[in-house]
Parts: sequence; C-alpha cells; structure tokens
Amino acid sequence: MSLGNVCLPLVLPSHPPQMRFMLLFSRQGKLRLQKWYLATSDKERKKMVRELMQVVLARKPKMCSFLEWRDLKVVYKRYASLYFCCAIEGQDNELITLELIHRYVELLDKYFGSVCELDIIFNFEKAYFILDEFLMGGDVQDTSKKSVLKAIEQADLLQEEDESPRSVLEEMGLA
Amino acid sequence: MIYHGKHPAGKSKEAEIKRINKELANIRSKFKGDKALDGYSKKKYVCKLLFIFLLGHDIDFGHMEAVNLLSSNRYTEKQIGYLFISVLVNSNSELIRLINNAIKNDLASRNPTFMGLALHCIASVGSREMAEAFAGEIPKVLVAGDTMDSVKQSAALCLLRLYRTSPDLVPMGDWTSRVVHLLNDQHLGVVTAATSLITTLAQKNPEEFKTSVSLAVSRLSRIVTSASTDLQDYTYYFVPAPWLSVKLLRLLQCYPPPEDPAVRGRLTECLETILNKAQEPPKSKKVQHSNAKNAVLFEAISLIIHHDSEPNLLVRACNQLGQFLQHRETNLRYLALESMCTLASSEFSHEAVKTHIETVINALKTERDVSVRQRAVDLLYAMCDRSNAPQIVAEMLSYLETADYSIREEIVLKVAILAEKYAVDYTWYVDTILNLIRIAGDYVSEEVWYRVIQIVINRDDVQGYAAKTVFEALQAPACHENLVKVGGYILGEFGNLIAGDPRSSPLIQFNLLHSKFHLCSVPTRALLLSTYIKFVNLFPEVKPTIQDVLRSDSQLRNADVELQQRAVEYLRLSTVASTDILATVLEEMPPFPERESSILAKLKKKKGPSTVTDLEDTKRERSVDVNGGPEPAPASTSTMSTPSPSADLLGLGAAPPAPAGPPPSSGGGGGLLVDVFSDSASVVAPLAPGSEDNFARFVCKNNGVLFENQLLQIGLKSEFRQNLGRMFIFYGNKTSTQFLNFTPTLICSDELQPNLNLQTKPVDPTVEGGAQVQQVVNIECVSDFTEAPVLNIQFRYGGTFQNVSVQLPITLNKFFQPTEMASQDFFQRWKQLSNPQQEVQNIFKAKHPMDTEVTKAKIIGFGSALLEEVDPNPANFVGAGIIHTKTTQIGCLLRLEPNLQAQMYRLTLRTSKEAVSQRLCELLSAQF
Repeated sequence: MSLGNVCLPLVLPSHPPQMRFMLLFSRQGKLRLQKWYLATSDKERKKMVRELMQVVLARKPKMCSFLEWRDLKVVYKRYASLYFCCAIEGQDNELITLELIHRYVELLDKYFGSVCELDIIFNFEKAYFILDEFLMGGDVQDTSKKSVLKAIEQADLLQEEDESPRSVLEEMGLA
Repeated sequence: MIYHGKHPAGKSKEAEIKRINKELANIRSKFKGDKALDGYSKKKYVCKLLFIFLLGHDIDFGHMEAVNLLSSNRYTEKQIGYLFISVLVNSNSELIRLINNAIKNDLASRNPTFMGLALHCIASVGSREMAEAFAGEIPKVLVAGDTMDSVKQSAALCLLRLYRTSPDLVPMGDWTSRVVHLLNDQHLGVVTAATSLITTLAQKNPEEFKTSVSLAVSRLSRIVTSASTDLQDYTYYFVPAPWLSVKLLRLLQCYPPPEDPAVRGRLTECLETILNKAQEPPKSKKVQHSNAKNAVLFEAISLIIHHDSEPNLLVRACNQLGQFLQHRETNLRYLALESMCTLASSEFSHEAVKTHIETVINALKTERDVSVRQRAVDLLYAMCDRSNAPQIVAEMLSYLETADYSIREEIVLKVAILAEKYAVDYTWYVDTILNLIRIAGDYVSEEVWYRVIQIVINRDDVQGYAAKTVFEALQAPACHENLVKVGGYILGEFGNLIAGDPRSSPLIQFNLLHSKFHLCSVPTRALLLSTYIKFVNLFPEVKPTIQDVLRSDSQLRNADVELQQRAVEYLRLSTVASTDILATVLEEMPPFPERESSILAKLKKKKGPSTVTDLEDTKRERSVDVNGGPEPAPASTSTMSTPSPSADLLGLGAAPPAPAGPPPSSGGGGGLLVDVFSDSASVVAPLAPGSEDNFARFVCKNNGVLFENQLLQIGLKSEFRQNLGRMFIFYGNKTSTQFLNFTPTLICSDELQPNLNLQTKPVDPTVEGGAQVQQVVNIECVSDFTEAPVLNIQFRYGGTFQNVSVQLPITLNKFFQPTEMASQDFFQRWKQLSNPQQEVQNIFKAKHPMDTEVTKAKIIGFGSALLEEVDPNPANFVGAGIIHTKTTQIGCLLRLEPNLQAQMYRLTLRTSKEAVSQRLCELLSAQF
C-alpha cells in the first residue's frame, strides 16, 4: 500500500538562509575579528576557524570568491593583508554578500581614515561596534554609510562626554 | 643577538604567552583585590581580557565584572560590558539571569542608544532564556508609534534572531499586520530590516503574511524604476538599494506568483526591467557596480525559476546566464553555472539550457579553479537527458582521469546514476561502470558496484555480455580490486554463458580469478571463495581443482576465521551434497526487487571518502545479540522498506526473503552458509527508558527532541493534514566518531499495520561524527488506531553494537481538524451522541499546575478547536473537531472540567466510535 504521489507543502526543514559567521584574518593566519550568528561551542568555533583559514589561504589570487565548505558557502575577499570571510547558507546571494564585505571595509576605511590591519588590532572594539551597527544577527541593519557612521559618531561623542583618555591597551605593551 | 637555537618566531610566541600570563595574573588580582574597582578600571581590565581573548587565548574569568558594567550609567562602560558578553558568553545560564536584568532596564530606559545596545546583546546571545524573557516585549517596541527608526531596525532584526532560535516563544498577534506595513515605511533602513523579519515569518506562516506580496511588489517596482540618484545614500555604486531589492525578491520567493493580475503584471514588469538593465552599458567600471547589479539580477532569476510559470522570462534568464558563462569574471561564471543548474530542471528552459553544453564541457576542461569545475560537473549532471547522456557521460569519464581527488567520488556517483538512468542499451551501462572502476576504482563505492550486479542479475539480456566483458577486463595484469569483486560475482553467476568459448573455458575462468586471489583483501577473498563453490555447481569438471584449492593449508588453516570457515564449509558442502542439493543451494540469484538506487541517496549525502561498511560485522554482532541479548519482540513485522542487513547476502535486496520460498543461494559476497539458514528477523531492543514520557510530550506538539542519550539525538518535525502526515526524523551523531551500519526501522504491530500506513526510504548507513541525517516518513491514517509505531535504531559505534527503540509519537489526534461551532450547535450534537458507547469519561488528579492558558494551549495543540463561550460554566473547556481517516471521518466533542479545589479534572469525550472516544480520552488525560 502506498501513498502514491501525495505531496504536502514542504515547509518544515527549510528556513530562510542566514549568515553563520564572519571572520577577519591576516595572511599569516592570525584571527583579527570573529562574529558568530548562530550558537556554536568554543571548541567547534576554533576548529572551524582553523580549517577555514587553511582552505582560504591556500587559494590563488585569481580564483573565484565563493567556495563550498562543509554545508556552507564561503564568500571571501582579500583587502591588503586581511581576508574578510563570510559563511552563508547555500541559497543565499553570494554577490550581495561580497558587497556586504566591501561596504564594511568602506565603513572601516571612512572611520579610521584609510584603515590598516593595526587599526583593527588596536581598536578592535570600534571594529566590532561598526560591524554591529551594520549587521545584526547576520542581517543587514542599515546599508546607508551615513546612518551607520552617524550612529558611531554619536557613540564617540557620548564617550568623550563621559570620560578622559581612551588608552586602554597602551600599557600592555603588546604592540 | 645571539642565536640560541630556537626559531625566532617561536621565541616571540613564547614571549607573548609569558607576557599575557603575567597580565592575566595582574587582572585577576585586581578583580580579587580588597579595594573595589571604579567603573573606569573595571572597563579597562574587561577590555584587556577581550583583547587577550581575541589574540586567541582562553579567558575563564571576568564575566561577572563585565555583567557589572552593564548596569553602569556611563555609555562606554556599558558598551564594553555588552561587547564582552556578546563575544564571550555563549549561553552560560547562571549569568544569563543577571544579564537579562540589565537588558530589561536598558530596554525600559527609553534611551535609544541604551536600547540599541540591549537589543544587540539579545541578538548576539540569542539563547532560549533570552527568548523567554524578551520575545513578548520586542514586538511591542517594534510597532510602537514613538520608537525611533534606528531602534525599530534593531528590534526587527533582534526579533528575527529570537524567532530563529525559538519560534515557539514568539507570539503571533496584532503586531504582525503592523510589521507588514513597515514595508511602506519612508525610511529605507527600516524597510530593509523589516523585510528580513517578514521573510522569515512568512516562510513559516504564509497565510498570515500574504498581504506582504503586493506591498513588496510595489516597493520593488518603485526601486527598480527610480533614477540612480533618487535613493541618495541607499544607492550603492549607481545601483538603487541593492540589498533591499535582493531581500524583497527573496520575500516573494516564499509565495507562488501573485494571483491578482495587476500585481502580477507589475512584478513581471519589474523582472523585465531588471533583465533589461543587465544589457545596458555599465554606469561605472567599478566591480562593485556590476556586483551589486548582478546580485539583484541573480535574485530576480531565482524568483523567475521559483515561479516557473513564465516561459518568456525563463528563456530570457537562460540567455542571460549563457552570456555570463563566458564572462571574464570568474565569480560570474561560477554563479551562472550554479544558477543554470536549477534552470535545467524547469521544463520551459531545459532545452534552452542544453544549448550551452559545449561551453559547459569547455569549462570543465579549462577552468583553473576547482570550485568552478565542480559547478560545471553539477550543471552537466542537471542538463543530462536521454539525448545527450552518451556525450555527457563520456566527457565526465574523460575528465575523471585528471579530476581533483576532492571531487572524484562525486563524479563517480553521478556517472553511475546517469549511466543507469539513461541506458537504452545495457551493454553501454556495463561498459561505463567497468570504465569507472578502471579509471577511478578507489572512488567507486560499494553502492556503485552493488548496483551493477543488481542490474545484471535482473536483466537476462545483458548477462552474457557482462560475463564476457568482465572476463576480458580481468585479463589486465593489474586490475582494481573492485573489478575482481564484480568479476567474481558475475562469473560465479553467469560464467556458464561464456564457458562454451574455449578461450574462456571453466578452468581458464577459474585460473584467471584465482590468479588475483592472493593480492586481494579478506572480504574480496571471501567473495571469491563463494564464487568457487558456485563454480563447483556450474562446472562439475573443475570440482577437483577447486577442492584442491579449498583443501590447501593456506585456506583450511587460514588465520582469518571467516576465510577458514568458508573453506571448511564449502569443501564439506562440495563433498557431501548430492548434485541436486548443490544445485538448489547454489542456484542462480533470484532477481532483486526493483527499488530506487541507493547511489542516489549516497550522492545526496556524499560526505568525504567512502567508508567501508562491513556487512559481515553487523551480522556477527547481531548473532551475539541473539545469544546474549533481550528476547526478540514477539510478532513484530517490519512494514518498511529499510532493509535489514542480514536479509540477503550482499544487502542488495530490499525485503527479507519470503519464508515459504527456497533459501537464497550463497551468492558471491557475503555471509556464512549458517547465516543463510538462521532466522533473519531482526532483534529489536525493548523501549528505551523514559520513552513513554517523551512520547506523551508529543501528543500536543509536533516538533522537538524525541530521544537523546550520550551518542544519539533523535529530533522530530512533523505536519499533518487531514488523514495524511509527514514526519521528518533527524538522527544526530553527538560523538566525533562515525556510526556504521546505521539502520532505523519502523515497526507496526500486526494490529496497527492495517490502520496506519508508513512509508520511508533507507538512510545512509554511515553517519559521520557530529553530522545529522534526516529521514522522511510519509504517514497515512487508514482507520482509527490505538497503538503507536516503534522506531528501532541499530548501529555500530566504535566496536560496540547499539540497539535503541522508542515509540514514535504518531497518535490518532494528529489527524484532527478543528471545527468551530456555536453553543447551540455544540449542545445539539452533544445530545445526539448520548449513546453510552459513544461517551468515555475519565476523572483524574492534576499532574501539572492547573493553569488556564496552558490548558487552552494543550487543547488546541491536541488538534481540536477550542470553543469559547459555549459551556455555561466559564471555567470549563469545550472542544470540537473531526478525525480524518482514509475510510471515514469521525466527529469528536470534548469537555474538560477542572476542579481547582480538589486539583482534579473530569474529561468527557463523545464521538461516534467507542474506540476513538477511548483512545482520545487516554491521550488527552495524560496531558494535565
């Protein structure tokens, strides 16, 4: 006895695609920023980061910016010494993700004035704040450069109001 | 500098660790010190910890200090606190409560900056506890009239995140219609964020968000027709609002083409405009311009493919992608190949896709990037049909010779599937598979060579050709072991068909196979021994030669138990059995039942290199289990197609052999003869402890975790409509080790079987560590039933055999359709069902707190309608619905009367069928 061609709408297991995480790492394989949009254990995170960096760093310059990795699609682009790398789900739009990376780089560039890797190392909190203003839970919150930067500038003003110097890391001498 | 023999990098690494440990000790002492730290210092040290964490070191303290910062009034302190939490806290439940408190305060602060921080934190952590605390609050923030735009944007995405983690906790309500209207908002940032939220919600609740379609279309239309400067800052490199356009197009993919002709026409215009723009000269030479433009174009093509209704658009899409196939940008070539794959499956565009075959084959040969070549393989596979199969298979075979190791297995599977699917002439099929083994033998998995044997056995027109071809292929001085297996099996069955030719006389055949014997692994040698005993039956003239071989010390005293046993038994069989008995025992394999190729399932799963699943092992463990394990379940009948591995020797057949028929002969591959004669009914473990409780939890809900132990998690998602249902069973391997021979079986008792029809397909027998496999069960309720089916799972983990049984929560109430009715109707029907056999009543003590809202939710979850203002006593609950079975529909009325003082309930069920009243009453009573 068979059900024949009974077909219920298949809505259950599929869910709208979502960005899983974003990584920034250097050509030397140093992780500079990580943002996870789906709960992932520390152990798993480390494993994924290590594995993915290896894959991306092994790729040659002219290759395409997309690759399939595990059950995800990785969209990456290199800017100077830094790789920006987003993991999205299969059906997600690769090109718009690539431009999302670019827009983030533009935002960093505008804020820091020609951004370099060191800016991101020593002002990591700013890099995070800008990213958070731009993306939330892996989705674009606002694509307007002006709105994002305005929000960050406002935050900076608040900071200047309520405190003295911001030399948090200087004394550590980790430079 | 004096070189000390250490690598300089290592030295600086050591220095860094030393310095960091010193700093960590310092911070720890500051946090522990007697003197209370002021906010500024606390912030400073928390920030340092973050920095150290980001350098890749573990941080195991400072969480409390970070939480303290959240309640600071100073923005920067709060901000660093939140940052620490969102980067470092996964879901540490002790802290979550404190964090939630701080968030609550900030959400209530009306300070948009603080609210933004709090919303970000919720979205970053996104745990269930947070959803419990805030899922009710955030919709209010989102739709409140006085909420600032930036907060609205954050609230929308925050809610989206919570909905993704815990959809059950986000209450639908009035706010949903107001969210849909955010698509009309003036602020494009708000529209962008809201569209993401709406898309996700619409996917799960399409009815409720139906009005978003026309709003999305008109928004999209305004964007695509706007001049590039109209949208000011939302224009990206001369492309108007590309992110929003992509999101709107994605939202529209949740729905079929709009029914309203005006909306539909407007959408078609939009899509045409997008396609037209692709032909216009670029407004900028920057790659950002073309990327953004093409991002919208590809999403539009996805929508066109999704609708699959406008041949004109489909063909235009295909031509556009055809242009991209030869574009100088690698990214575009990649995406065009990918997108064309889906286009190939539409009947309108399949032919148009096929015209690009030469370009795609060329890509396969010339692309320098393996990920692009892989896309080309996918597309060739998708565009293959009977007309071009020989060409595509030949191209794939020739590519296989030089293909990257990483994609060889996949190509092998694809070639095997295409060759079978489009074989007009099965000699072509046999040649193709043998070529596969020759070119990439290591990547030919069991599924592939099992399948060729199945097909040869089932088609007598190809058996002689197959025998001749394998015989010739085996002539090669070095041939792959898989070829020896296939050759051994086929000659053992059909060697007689070529024995008339003196060049392939029985003795020559035997000598040829035996010349490979010593180079092969144990399983292959075992298979060859079975071939030899088959030869004894087929060719009496070589019997003495074979007996000599079996008798030799290297066989009879082989260190491997399996080989030794086979040699002993086969030798004995060949000596004592009469010709008739030999002929019966060693008869040609009967045809295999037709079934879907397991290669397809393999391809869908394909994960890493193929693993050697050893059928022999299962069998041995199983017999151990028979001896020492629990009693076999009485009279359990497997109704399902999941084959038990011991059902036939190679695991090739689908169903266990019919008990009345002759015992299957010992074909080439598998087991001992003793196995053949032993009972092959599988041994089912008793129900797992706690399974009853879990079962009860699913009576009023459809999704959740059914079973979990240290190794395995079983999750369920199901949906039911009238008398049909579909259940997705997710098996998660919680370990880092593979599960082998993973075999879930659905068991319906004799009593249940005629009433409930279950259908599923076998799952991949290998479950990788950390992986999840899915099985779909189609359910049909034929007639009302009481028992539940049992799900039995057997697999091998490490060296141990695991056997788990749980009840599958398919209960009668799943086939409920709620019925709304007025008070008068209800009581009229209630009276009609007053026959004593129609009513079943149960009075019972409350097991859970007696909460009105929870009770309501349970009755609705149970499937009946909850009828308000029907019962004269407002404390009582009344429900009505219809149970749908294939044979009949059964109206059901129910009434639940709580007695708070006594902590008791009285439940009354009235239906037209006693057994139904009885079962529903049992099921529902257990819920309160």
